[in-house]
Amino acid sequence: MSAPIIELRSVSKRYEVPQDAAARLVRRIRGRAAPNKVVRAVDSVDLVIPKGGVLGLVGESGCGKSTLGRMVAGIIQPSAGQVLYNGKDRNALSPAEAKTARLRVQMIFQDPYASLNPRLRVSEIVGEAPRVHGLATGKLDEYLDEQLRRAGLDPAYKRRYPHQFSGGQRQRIGIARALAVQPDLLVCDEAVAALDVSIQAQILNLFMDLRRDLGLTYLFISHDLGVVEHLSDRVAIMYLGRVVEQADTEEVFARPNHPYTTALLAEVPRLDARNRRFTAIKGEIPSPLSPPAGCHFHPRCPHAFARCSAEVPVLKEVAPGHLSACHLNDTSQASLARAMAQA
Amino acid sequence: MSVPALEVRGLSTHFSSRAGVVRAVDDVSFTVQRGEVMGLVGESGSGKSVTGFSLLGLVDEPGRVVAGQILLEGRDIAKLSDGEMRRLRGRHIAMVFQDPMMTLNPVLRVDTQMIEAVQAHEPVSRAVARARARDALGLVGISSPEERLSAYPHQFSGGMRQRVAIAIALLHRPALIVADEPTTALDVTIQAQILSEMQDLCTRFGTALVWITHDLSVIAGLADHIAVMYAGRIVEKGTVDQVLDNPLHPYTQGLIGSVPSRTPRGERLRGIPGMTPNVLNLPVGCAFRTRCGRADAQCEEDPPEFAAEPGHAHRCFHPVAELVA
Ligand SMILES: Nc1ncnc2c1ncn2[C@@H]1O[C@H](COP(=O)(O)OP(=O)(O)OP(=O)(O)O)[C@@H](O)[C@H]1O
Ligand SMILES: Nc1ncnc2c1ncn2[C@@H]1O[C@H](COP(=O)(O)OP(=O)(O)O)[C@@H](O)[C@H]1O
Ligand code: SF4
Ligand code: SF4
Ligand SMILES: [Mg+2]
Ligand SMILES: [Mg+2]
Repeated sequence: MSAPIIELRSVSKRYEVPQDAAARLVRRIRGRAAPNKVVRAVDSVDLVIPKGGVLGLVGESGCGKSTLGRMVAGIIQPSAGQVLYNGKDRNALSPAEAKTARLRVQMIFQDPYASLNPRLRVSEIVGEAPRVHGLATGKLDEYLDEQLRRAGLDPAYKRRYPHQFSGGQRQRIGIARALAVQPDLLVCDEAVAALDVSIQAQILNLFMDLRRDLGLTYLFISHDLGVVEHLSDRVAIMYLGRVVEQADTEEVFARPNHPYTTALLAEVPRLDARNRRFTAIKGEIPSPLSPPAGCHFHPRCPHAFARCSAEVPVLKEVAPGHLSACHLNDTSQASLARAMAQA
Repeated sequence: MSVPALEVRGLSTHFSSRAGVVRAVDDVSFTVQRGEVMGLVGESGSGKSVTGFSLLGLVDEPGRVVAGQILLEGRDIAKLSDGEMRRLRGRHIAMVFQDPMMTLNPVLRVDTQMIEAVQAHEPVSRAVARARARDALGLVGISSPEERLSAYPHQFSGGMRQRVAIAIALLHRPALIVADEPTTALDVTIQAQILSEMQDLCTRFGTALVWITHDLSVIAGLADHIAVMYAGRIVEKGTVDQVLDNPLHPYTQGLIGSVPSRTPRGERLRGIPGMTPNVLNLPVGCAFRTRCGRADAQCEEDPPEFAAEPGHAHRCFHPVAELVA
């Protein structure tokens, strides 16, 4: 494996959530300050993104994918833990290094429209950063055209405004803007989720081309396992703020270890699964404000046993390069039971 | 075979504006048998929702159903008055929307809304209506339905709200339910729960289901038949296996080639070149012409519906594979 471009060491992000009306009322009556509730959007995550690799990050809504992605991109600061960029703590970089680091990690968002200033022309949106930071080698105009072409846009359209483009083209504008600052790493947060499948395929192809041509590294966030499987070398699965499993893509899809991963994979609709009986995993996704104790997944887990509600399972290697956080892996009896259930 | 639950013949719904006429739904025909699921797939703007709204008589100005028959259990409901449609809706035909709040009133308790929905069509007491509501919630997998009845919609998660909307649609055991992307906004595990319940209920009660989605994979697992829409038209229809294993229309083939799980990891996806066309400015003849690798001069004519094999039809002059029927 090549050197990590980004390394997260026990990174957490906590948000204080203002109390609701009822809690405020109780507080006023009792005259006692109840503490605000805390969401652990990301909870002690260790993660490595190797240079040139694609790390897929999957999980259901609210599990902390975007929060993690924004910490990787340096848009928000962790509440605890370290983010290392090329082996150096982000917070220990010199101002010049910090600026470079900020430029070298770019983010692509789900809603290209919301992330593009509607009053600026494409040429301004894409050309702004390279102009300010003096990145253009040669003439700015030619540099700009090259970025647009690389993102699959006709430079003839550069005088237009974002609303004059389709959803897929707007996503290309966002990509051209990111490419224009010569990034090493793209954090793509649900970057194709809003697009129609035929357009989604075009953008996925573009991401693969850019990886090949520019050696880009990706953190690819998506709730769509099919998309993640297609693009990623390695996959991390999150559940309520924690990474519960991590392995190379083929390994995760062939031999999922964590019961949540297993359930998630079983429920992905697939083209070749006809007339299937959907046998759904029970229960709702719990509120991140009051996650279940121990293993967050225990109320929905078909294999849960006493230890699961008492103790947080740690992420451990279950096969070379394959990490999973499940107590079953310590219990020979229980893993036997699971093997039988799967047979 | 008995009378189908739904037979749509030549349905056209247009919107007129100063900019021109949008043929949102153009000469659409399909049939759904009792207890069967018909998947209506297509990309955004292809006319799926307008088709659904047309079936329920919910098209608003400036839109209008301009042609066609909608036979619900053999009876044409396309030309019924608003009053007649209102009596039919909720009782014989119901709709589930992507956003459950289209069905639910945020300021009313769930029981109030459900009792009202029962009593709108049946002269039963409050107590009977409430019991029916409770049973319906149980059917869609809501635990402790008695307690849930007295909650407000905002106290539910997105998945639960969608279940309540489905429970309301099921109250009168309608012959047909039109579900417009009801699980699109939900997480995978919750989506699977709802698909599993819908599947059960349709089989049990013989309800016909039109399931609208942009996601071919969902349809693959759920539906018996598929109709693929492009720019207001059904360009291909057939059984799930016919359409997915043997796609004849180049658009269907492109859609399938766009799904990542069909292509080995890391390889380029076949996809479809170009963009979804502007509905105000569709190419004459086949609307797919500008994106189609097989297009020729003949495609400047309007492709009629061709029957390739029993139950499998398409609208293409040069289908991908000529079937030996
Ligand atoms: N600024 C904030 N203030 C308070 N809570 C927040 C904030 N940002 C995120 N959260 C909470 O942190 C948790 C994780 O949010 P995040 O946006 O990272 O989830 P996600 O996995 O990206 O979800 P989705 O798939 O819906 O995009 C959620 O419970 C969310 O409500
Ligand atoms: N109220 C309306 N006024 C004008 N055009 C409309 C209206 N509603 C829908 N349309 C047009 O009809 C076409 C089909 O829309 P719709 O059925 O919502 O697509 P889908 O559900 O397949 O995404 C689109 O071109 C859309 O712009
Ligand atoms: S630790 Fe227990 S509850 Fe959590 S996934 Fe493993 S078996 Fe299930
Ligand atoms: S009719 Fe012609 S343009 Fe249309 S899909 Fe068939 S080959 Fe392509
Ligand atoms: Mg997010
Ligand atoms: Mg729609």
